[in-house]
Amino acid sequence: MERMLFVLQRVTAVLLAGMVVVHIAVILYASAGSLSVAEILGRTRGNVAFAAFYGLFVAAAAVHAPIGLRNVLHEWTPLPRVAVDIAMAAFAATLVWLGGAAVHAVFTA
Amino acid sequence: MTKPAAPTLDVRIWRGATDGAFQHFRVPARENQTVLDVVTEVQRHHDPTLSYRFACRVGVCGSCAMTVNGRPRWTCRTHVNKVAGDGTLTIEPLRHLPRIKDLACDMTPFFEKWQRAGGVFSPTVSRDDPVSSVTPDDPGRRAADAAIECINCAVCYSACDVVGWNDDYLGPAALNRAWSLYNDERHGDRAGVLRRVSEAGGCASCHTQGRCTDACPVELGPTRSIAGLKRASLLAFFGLDGH
Repeated sequence: MERMLFVLQRVTAVLLAGMVVVHIAVILYASAGSLSVAEILGRTRGNVAFAAFYGLFVAAAAVHAPIGLRNVLHEWTPLPRVAVDIAMAAFAATLVWLGGAAVHAVFTA
Repeated sequence: MTKPAAPTLDVRIWRGATDGAFQHFRVPARENQTVLDVVTEVQRHHDPTLSYRFACRVGVCGSCAMTVNGRPRWTCRTHVNKVAGDGTLTIEPLRHLPRIKDLACDMTPFFEKWQRAGGVFSPTVSRDDPVSSVTPDDPGRRAADAAIECINCAVCYSACDVVGWNDDYLGPAALNRAWSLYNDERHGDRAGVLRRVSEAGGCASCHTQGRCTDACPVELGPTRSIAGLKRASLLAFFGLDGH
C-alpha cells in the first residue's frame, strides 16, 4: 500500500510537472490575447483534446495532492491514521468532482 | 598582587529524565579539551551522580553522542573551542530517544528500527564454504562500502526532524544500514530488505532535508543511501532491478 502510494505520487508528479507548464501557457495565451469568455468557451466547447488533457490533469492532481497532504497530517497532527486516510479519500473524491465538473462545464458550454 | 582568574567554562547540563532541569557548573577551560572531557570533569570533581555514556573516547564506539549547544555531536571528538566560542556549553541527551537519566538515553527504539529495516546480515554460505569473493570495484560493492562505516552513534537519528514527527519512521541510520545490505552481494535477503524499507515509515517518509548527512560525524551520506533505496523501491515496483 505505502509503496503504491509512493509510486503514484512520483508518477503523478512527473505528469503534473509537464501539465502545469502547459496550463500556465494556456492561461498566458488566454489572458495576453485578451480573449472574451465567449471566445474561450468557443475553443473549449466540444474540444476532446482539451477535455482529455484537463481530465488527466484533474485525475493526477486528485491523486497527488491527497497523498502529500496525508503525509503532512500524519506528521503534524495527532489524528489517527484511519481518520486521515478516510479524510484524504474524501478529499480526492472532492477534487475529482470539482475538477471534473469544471472540465465538463467548459466542454459542454 | 592577585593572580588573574583562570579561564572557566559556563556549563549547563541536563539533569533528570524527561522531567528535569539544567544544572550549572563552572569548569576550568583548558587548551585541549573535548566536550566529553568536560562532562567527565563535572562527574569526577563536581557531582559523581551525573550519568552519561561513553566507552572508547576515540570516535569508534559511537556511545558518547549528546546534544551540544543544540546540535547532536560525538562528544569525544568534539573540541570545546570549536563549539563554545563564548565559553558556554549546553549539554543535553540526544533528541528523539527516551531519556533514562541526565545524559543517558535509552537506545532501544534506535536499534529496534535497525532490526525492522532488515539490518541483520543473513549469510548465503556457511563457515565450511570458501570465503566469498568480493570485487572491490563492483558498483554494488562500492555503494555498500560507502555506507558501511556507521558507528551507530544515533547522531543522525537525533538530527532528523522526520524522526521527531513520525514515530514510525525508521530513521537515517537504519535505512543507511539497509542500503549497505541491499548492495551486499553476500546478503541472503536483499529483496526482503527492500520490502521492509518500502513499508510505512520506510524510505518514502524521508524529506531529503539532509540533516543526517550534515550531522554524521564519520561523514557518511545517509541521505544518498535513502535516495538509493527510494530509486530501488520505485524500480522494483515496475519489476526492474535497482542494483
